[in-house]
Amino acid sequence: MDMTVLLKRVPDLVEDLEVDDSGKALDEDSVSLKLNEFDDHALEEALLLKEGGGGTVTVIALDGEDVDKMLYTALAKGADRALKVMGGDPDGGNQALAGIFVAALDGHGGDLILTGVQAADDRDGQLAPRVGALLGRPCIEVVTEVNPGDGKVTVHKELAGGVVAEYEVDLPAVLGIQAARQTPRYAPVSRVRQIQESATIDTVTSAATEGAGFTVVAMTPPETGEGAQMLDGVDELVKVLDAKGVI
Amino acid sequence: MAGDVLVLAEHFGGSLGDITFELLGMGKTLAGEFGGTCTVALIGGSDAMAEELGGADLVLRLGGEELADFNPEPYGEALLAAIEAKAPRVVLIGYTSMGMDLASTLAVKTGRNLASSCIRVEGGERITTTSQLYGGKMDVRSDLGTAPCILSVLAGSAPADAGRHDGAPTVENLDLPATAGRVRFKRFIEPEAGDVDITAQDILVAIGRGIGSKDDIEVAEELAEALDAAVAATRPIVDAGWLPKTRQVGKSGLKVKPKVYLALGVSGAPEHLEGMKGAATIIAVNTDKNAPIFNVAHYGLVEDLFEVCEELTEALEDR
Ligand SMILES: Cc1cc2nc3c(=O)[nH]c(=O)nc-3n(C[C@H](O)[C@H](O)[C@H](O)COP(=O)(O)OP(=O)(O)OC[C@H]3O[C@@H](n4cnc5c(N)ncnc54)[C@H](O)[C@@H]3O)c2cc1C
Ligand SMILES: Nc1ncnc2c1ncn2[C@@H]1O[C@H](COP(=O)(O)O)[C@@H](O)[C@H]1O
Repeated sequence: MDMTVLLKRVPDLVEDLEVDDSGKALDEDSVSLKLNEFDDHALEEALLLKEGGGGTVTVIALDGEDVDKMLYTALAKGADRALKVMGGDPDGGNQALAGIFVAALDGHGGDLILTGVQAADDRDGQLAPRVGALLGRPCIEVVTEVNPGDGKVTVHKELAGGVVAEYEVDLPAVLGIQAARQTPRYAPVSRVRQIQESATIDTVTSAATEGAGFTVVAMTPPETGEGAQMLDGVDELVKVLDAKGVI
Repeated sequence: MAGDVLVLAEHFGGSLGDITFELLGMGKTLAGEFGGTCTVALIGGSDAMAEELGGADLVLRLGGEELADFNPEPYGEALLAAIEAKAPRVVLIGYTSMGMDLASTLAVKTGRNLASSCIRVEGGERITTTSQLYGGKMDVRSDLGTAPCILSVLAGSAPADAGRHDGAPTVENLDLPATAGRVRFKRFIEPEAGDVDITAQDILVAIGRGIGSKDDIEVAEELAEALDAAVAATRPIVDAGWLPKTRQVGKSGLKVKPKVYLALGVSGAPEHLEGMKGAATIIAVNTDKNAPIFNVAHYGLVEDLFEVCEELTEALEDR
């Protein structure tokens, strides 16, 4: 099975995030970027499928800060080919992005395209179904397991309450991965360095595509309402528990 | 600007989910602002479900029993037919596992704008939405202009009661379009029964990634014992295999409403909050003073969870 995995770097949410002077976007200096957690799972699931049944894994990303390192790391983990899309606007919205990726993949992308279920930093959970719709392929989101079959895959999709729905999906298809069957592997720094010297990253120039028709008016930290009453130490916490009658 | 609203009903195991009524309440308010009507699209539903939708001006039924189990392909085609038949100004879909499959696909097929994970929607001449991004650390307001659009809405963003209404709705049937049959539903897999039922506890000690390692869960277990509570967890803890799925709280886990929810090293991502923001008292311990969990917590401690656990366990044992 030939697979393509979309990888994106997103702000590390553990950091303090600040809004820039425009009031509409994050202050880039306040963020440090890391691979979107769910994309790491998408890559892991693709690598597991390749190890189980053969095939190839191509990773693809938009050009940007430290993207080469992210792609080399994916190669070090076992991906076969890395593709970098030049000149695409990362802030152009999911509609434009989906078009850019479809064009960069020449309207193909192999038997299975895998993305993370959502990226924390934009309109959320849109890319996989958009790519699927543009390519006329079926798409399933929130996938936690993929098992290969003859011209099809059997997937687990998580619903609410811990319930999982199982579907059989004809290939080619697109999947939004929530979690791989196992914790994503780690690539030792030495291996990444080695790959960096021996492997190449292919590039493709992005096609111009139309963006979404909405505009961001403002970005603000959420309104907190009354907010939490901050406690000063465990003694006060004990008093609260006492007052609530649970101890 | 005039316009109608179309709400997608969601159901599982023969009953409508709360999200349906949340969206219906929202949809009615929007339709009121537009001077239009609010229709619910019920795909693969039953007569009993239709009868519960008295709050809608119209229930548009597509398919029945044969489509009871969600399948993105026929559901997507059915919703497309509903949108084409009613040409609503706004389509409201839950930002749920099912809705995630449908909203973007429909956005491409109808050429409509889509704003995802909305927590607020304001209608009028133009449509403005507020979405939660960056794991709940930022709210983004977007202007969608006057064009017809699709909005996917986070569960729990509006009260479900606003959408519940007695009285029989008007029902109209719409034929199901043919589908390619490339996606076939096989079965549901229910979670195995766990050792404890976290939905039945008075107190929950919930741990998040801040716990750091599997071995350290012991610290939370000791505290839970001292509190006569059970340990619950966020998704990463369960994905890592440190605790069973039956302990997961949130969007794809369980919804809990204990008297006290003590969140330790939990950031408070929207998907986690969906499962616990109804708790009577929420107490959060986190080293990050800007963690979104503090926006829903009633009490907060900006401290290391291990120190708090240890001190609190001791204090309780001394009582
Ligand atoms: C479709 C979908 C469904 C999902 N369903 C769920 C779900 O059901 N349940 C769920 O929980 N998530 C769910 N998620 C995942 C969710 O988006 C978040 O990734 C997750 O909730 C984060 O878990 P966390 O708070 O444990 O981890 P993190 O976000 O990494 O937060 C860890 C927190 O610990 C704090 N911390 C670190 N060290 C310490 C310390 N020593 N003392 C105190 N604090 C410390 C940090 O400041 C941070 O705030 C879902 C996601 C998707 C896309
Ligand atoms: N700019 C991007 N570059 C590469 N992959 C992306 C990009 N945006 C989104 N994706 C992929 O699509 C998934 C869903 O993203 P989103 O629809 O933005 O929430 C992500 O987890 C990535 O796998």
